[in-house]
Amino acid sequence: MERKTPLYDAHVKAGGKMVPFAGYSLPVQYQTGVIKEHMAVRTQAGLFDVSHMGEILCEGKDAVANLQMLLTNNYDNLVDGQARYSPMCNEKGGTVDDLIVYKKSDGHYFIVVNAANKDKDYQWMLDHQFGEVTFTDVSDQYAQLALQGPKAMETLRKLTEEDHIPKKYYHAVFDTDVAGIPCIISKTGYTGEDGVELYLASENAEKMWDMLLEAGKDEGLIPCGLGARDTLRMEAAMPLYGHEMNDEVTPLETGLNFAVKMKKENFIGKAAMEESGEPAIKRVGMKVTGRGIIREEQDVYVDGQKVGRTTSGTHCPYLGYPVAMALVDAKSCEEGSKVEVDVRGRRVEAEIVPLPFYKRSK
Amino acid sequence: MELREELKYSKSHEWVKEEDGEVTVGLTDYAQSELGDLVFVNLPEEGDEVTVGEAFGDVESVKAVSDVYSPVSGVVSEINEALLDAPESINEAPYDAWFIKVKEITDTEELLTAEEYEAWAEEEKNS
Repeated sequence: MERKTPLYDAHVKAGGKMVPFAGYSLPVQYQTGVIKEHMAVRTQAGLFDVSHMGEILCEGKDAVANLQMLLTNNYDNLVDGQARYSPMCNEKGGTVDDLIVYKKSDGHYFIVVNAANKDKDYQWMLDHQFGEVTFTDVSDQYAQLALQGPKAMETLRKLTEEDHIPKKYYHAVFDTDVAGIPCIISKTGYTGEDGVELYLASENAEKMWDMLLEAGKDEGLIPCGLGARDTLRMEAAMPLYGHEMNDEVTPLETGLNFAVKMKKENFIGKAAMEESGEPAIKRVGMKVTGRGIIREEQDVYVDGQKVGRTTSGTHCPYLGYPVAMALVDAKSCEEGSKVEVDVRGRRVEAEIVPLPFYKRSK
Repeated sequence: MELREELKYSKSHEWVKEEDGEVTVGLTDYAQSELGDLVFVNLPEEGDEVTVGEAFGDVESVKAVSDVYSPVSGVVSEINEALLDAPESINEAPYDAWFIKVKEITDTEELLTAEEYEAWAEEEKNS
């Protein structure tokens, strides 16, 4: 039996097609359909219920020291309200999860993790904690909404003061409100567009949801489901845990070098990554040039030789063509290389292209 | 769901029209709405043989691929090439967006009337 987010009734009322996802019942799409929802986020604005995401507090005198050891990115220079993305690795360098850490204030950090990994992550943190620190799973207290798209900020400004809104990307304002509802406003997202994510008490979720949709009506804001969330992150080439990352794949192989600080004194997985040196596999993007749609878990060939497997693939509504990401032998192909992918027994041609597939113009 | 009285239906959600020994096959309105926005169609070629209950092509939505099954055995006499470039027409007008025509029919599965199909689809939806 799947759990319901605080917005379950609102989704059903809005015609959401409910599907099981990471232990929750969530809308894969509304009656508008994935393509229109995707386009709304690229051209106007979309509102997502992402309350399934997990939230964990890390607090205490040694909080930052614990984060430095647990995570591959660097956390000793965050200012209050700043957020930073990081993989969390095991001793072999494989990825336990990828997450975002916010610094609320000295000794107070707010961590957002993938829903499907939440229990595993929390246990991992407890198993590796040291010194004066507490990790607290507060997932059930929080709902999370993502307001994304070129009209997202305009919509938000109708409901809250300018100084409640973070000025910079990957910054958040804690202890603020939107139209009187207490929340955290974070300038982050998983769509490749401008926008915010709001963290708020579960009991206020439906009120906030309705209020945002009403405020954004004239801007074309519509509710969007998991289907569009996935196609949007694909166009923006954002890796997804369980696809481009897993317990066996290191973040260097996924191409997340920007978030792996090998110069940091130590972190779990560092020794293994140093030992293995240059990664033997790499993440690449491919554009389908033949007929068909490449999906995940399909074999990739160069000159008849199998070089790897796809990790995600879909038709991209905004770009208008299908793309895929794959983990392949690092030396097997370069940008511009022609590849073939086995799509249910049929070879579909594709070309290796630079990532991201889509980047918004600022 | 929209239904056409004059058509017959398969339990795997194809509609079937029979005219002068030739059968036209498409996807029902219920099927297209369950599948969501369709973005790719794979069809057989003219002259290919199709078999009752076996996939003759597939459709892909943004999210997933689904087989389309043949309600008859026979030989493909015509394919709707326009679908290949406009898979969205299946969502827009499922009863105009036919997939294939089949002739030299040797076998046909037990087909449902509009009323029977509606009951079948409702049952499947609620299961």
